[in-house]
Amino acid sequence: MTALAVTARSPVTINRRLLAAGALTAFGLVDMLIFGLFSHPGDATFALALTGASIKVPSIHVPGGPLAYILGGASVLIGIARLAVTESAVFRRLGIAAVLLFFVISLLAWSDTGSWAHGIPVNVVSLLQGTLAGSIPLILGALAGCMGERAGVINIAIEGQLLLGAFMAAIVASAVGVVWIGLISGSLAGGLVGLILALFAMRYLVDQIILGVVLNLLISGLTGYLYDRLLVPDATTYNNASTFSPIKIPGLGDIPILGPILFDSTIFLYITYAAIILVQVGLFRTRWGLRVRAVGEHPTAADTVGIKVRGIRYGNLIMGGMLAGIGGAYLTVGSVGTFSKDMSSGLGYIALAAMIFGRWTPLGGTVAALLFGFTTALGSFLGSITVPISPFLLNMAPYVATIIAVAGLVGRVRAPAADGKPYVRA
Amino acid sequence: MSDEESVLPGPAAESGPPKPGATPEPGAVADQSAAAEPGTALDPGTVPEQRPASEPGPASERGRAPGGGPAPEPGGRESPSYSRVIIGAILQDRPAVVTVLAIFSALVLGGLIIAFSDTTVLHAWSVFFSAPGSAISAAWQAAAAAYSALFEGSIVNPHTVTAAFHGGPVGAIFYPISQTVSQATPEILTGLAVALAFRAGMFNIGAASQWIGGAIVVTYLGFAVSMPPVIHVLVCLIGGFAGGAVMGWIVGDLKARTGAHEVIVTIMINYVMYDVLSYVLDTPSALQQPHQANLISPTVATNAQLPHVGGPPPQAGLGFIVALLAAGGMWWLLERSTLGFEFRTVGANPNAARSAGMSVQRTWILAMLLAGGLAGLSGAVTIQGTAPFSLNTQSYGTYGIDGITIALLGRAKPVGVVLAALLFGALNAGGTAMEAATSVPVDISEVIEGLIVLFVAAPPLIRAVYRLRKSQAGAPEAVAKGWNG
Repeated sequence: MTALAVTARSPVTINRRLLAAGALTAFGLVDMLIFGLFSHPGDATFALALTGASIKVPSIHVPGGPLAYILGGASVLIGIARLAVTESAVFRRLGIAAVLLFFVISLLAWSDTGSWAHGIPVNVVSLLQGTLAGSIPLILGALAGCMGERAGVINIAIEGQLLLGAFMAAIVASAVGVVWIGLISGSLAGGLVGLILALFAMRYLVDQIILGVVLNLLISGLTGYLYDRLLVPDATTYNNASTFSPIKIPGLGDIPILGPILFDSTIFLYITYAAIILVQVGLFRTRWGLRVRAVGEHPTAADTVGIKVRGIRYGNLIMGGMLAGIGGAYLTVGSVGTFSKDMSSGLGYIALAAMIFGRWTPLGGTVAALLFGFTTALGSFLGSITVPISPFLLNMAPYVATIIAVAGLVGRVRAPAADGKPYVRA
Repeated sequence: MSDEESVLPGPAAESGPPKPGATPEPGAVADQSAAAEPGTALDPGTVPEQRPASEPGPASERGRAPGGGPAPEPGGRESPSYSRVIIGAILQDRPAVVTVLAIFSALVLGGLIIAFSDTTVLHAWSVFFSAPGSAISAAWQAAAAAYSALFEGSIVNPHTVTAAFHGGPVGAIFYPISQTVSQATPEILTGLAVALAFRAGMFNIGAASQWIGGAIVVTYLGFAVSMPPVIHVLVCLIGGFAGGAVMGWIVGDLKARTGAHEVIVTIMINYVMYDVLSYVLDTPSALQQPHQANLISPTVATNAQLPHVGGPPPQAGLGFIVALLAAGGMWWLLERSTLGFEFRTVGANPNAARSAGMSVQRTWILAMLLAGGLAGLSGAVTIQGTAPFSLNTQSYGTYGIDGITIALLGRAKPVGVVLAALLFGALNAGGTAMEAATSVPVDISEVIEGLIVLFVAAPPLIRAVYRLRKSQAGAPEAVAKGWNG
């Protein structure tokens, strides 16, 4: 199978350079020909502080048209450079990031100068705050996927873990009245799904992809059923959780621009920071991580040297599930406080995509999740100033990007070798 | 998806030597005589699976067939009694038995969930030690009331039968079953779409996107073009097939060319198509109904609508016939045609297929194309055959995900898919009636469906719970595949 994948991929590999250069140039041309040619007179305003913030940061005013031409021109140059010069991987990634950033800035400048915006500035701080907040369940879900798949078990049940985590957090926090207990229950609920997944995948050898899809269906049905049966008739007792309030980190939270974005949020954001670091360092810098990766790549070899394959897999799925459960708890006790039917609404599948997009690494998954979170935040901002672009076109961007990524056009992605294969000791 | 291939030759080959630890001879005879006909019995053998309540049903039929033939063992041992043959057949973990037990277990668990989420039942159990009998009877009554409402809403309601004897409308008797068939119709087709891909070794989670692809084409052809009656119906059906086939082809082509895993691509294309659907319904020049702020399309022309059988109340229409024809076509394709043989070979072992000179890539593309077409056809029969005759952002419902569960329950065989879809159609149609009658939320149907498929996918669990004997020694339980192929 791997041999086939290699041979099937080779024609794409040859063209990839051309394709990448073409795509980068196309972005530059869109900047110039759409946002430049159809620009509106006047300046776009980028506000760098929240309204009513104690620290004043001057806003940036730039004319929309010239900005689009300059950024578009730069993008075209980056595209040409990609074709002409052999660059290192770091430069290639920086180039892609720059072109995407230029595109977004041109788009924002064009939107903000339009008559529909009524001079409302683009608030960069609130846009990025929204990005981080929206990314929390995605990042934690992607980390959960990473934990499982690095150990060789495919976890499609992230969606179910988020949903059950959200449900349990809301119901327990409402019944007990303590948000912390809600958070812990949500986490345990996610861990329970991880345990069921591990049990059926390893003990009963169920196909892991099928298992994940079925667990998602089951959890969606179960939470929907209990929602209608218990939560709706008695909402004040069971579906009325209070939420965590933001914690501003002293010192760091007062840094202009970055402070309110990174260090003035609920406990969930700080848990997410810790989880990213722990999983990344744990997987790639510790003995435990080496064992996990060995189990995911070659369980037989790992077993031969005395690593407990099943133990590692059980542990990773349960711990990953607990992370995803925290992500689910964020949806209720972290933001709105009440549970609603199917409120994870596909976030778990996007987290899965983010993990694959990020090539099965915690940091990569985090970056991809932030990208997805940003498109959502951007979409809601553009919707709020009634830009005449269909929100649906913007919404589909992350999914199209993921398809392009897995089709190998952004570079080959490869799963851990034993991913999805049950280990049966011979 | 996995074991049905190996199951076919499995029992016949494996059960030859009697198991050492098993009961004396009669059990082994039951093994052998029951194993003598599984190859042929498996397809029809799935027929009795549909009776969840009467589990001896399939066993008695099965026991009778071999009993007439080589029943007396030549060695002069006592001939196995019918009951032993029956018990022997039941105790085997044959697919039909596992399926029946899975359905039974799911219904029991579902009943427990219904009972123990009922406030009166919970109250009765809180005083369990003072009145244990009333606690148990309260639980039983809650579950029984829900399940009988489910039955009356999906199969037949006795009140309409007695009413018919006293001059009531005869058509009303068939109303519940027509609801079931109407629910099942689109799901047969999405189930076939998933099953066909399964047989070619692929997991098609994208039935929803293919459904949408087909439905968009059908809706456009339905209202924007004017044609004579029968031709318009046919053109729309073909258009739906083509619309879905394009969506499937994209997935197959990406897999064949770049190795992109179909699971992740289909999940992503689902989300893309949800947005595409909203976009075309939001664009007046595309599919949005004129003078309409909501995201809804115009209704398709009367000429393009599928006729109903027997007046308004029974909703079962020609769409059901289309679905059955599609199932028949898929059976012919898989069992009787060269292309189907290639599908199955690639599904069983792509490397062997390549060695035999088959083009694996071409097979993937064709299989996904046909699978997408079937899901697109599901969109066509929904739009052309059911009530609003128009498309909105919720039209795709849960057909895509139900297709997966149905294909798994039907073991990726056309007959199995039709029966599984009818079972799930009954659960869905009955669930709606149950919610109206007993205020038990319809979501319980989804829970029961999920449990059924979970148990069907885990034969070792069923075997452990019901102490079944293992019939295929050493055969792999599942051929799980990772992202790398």
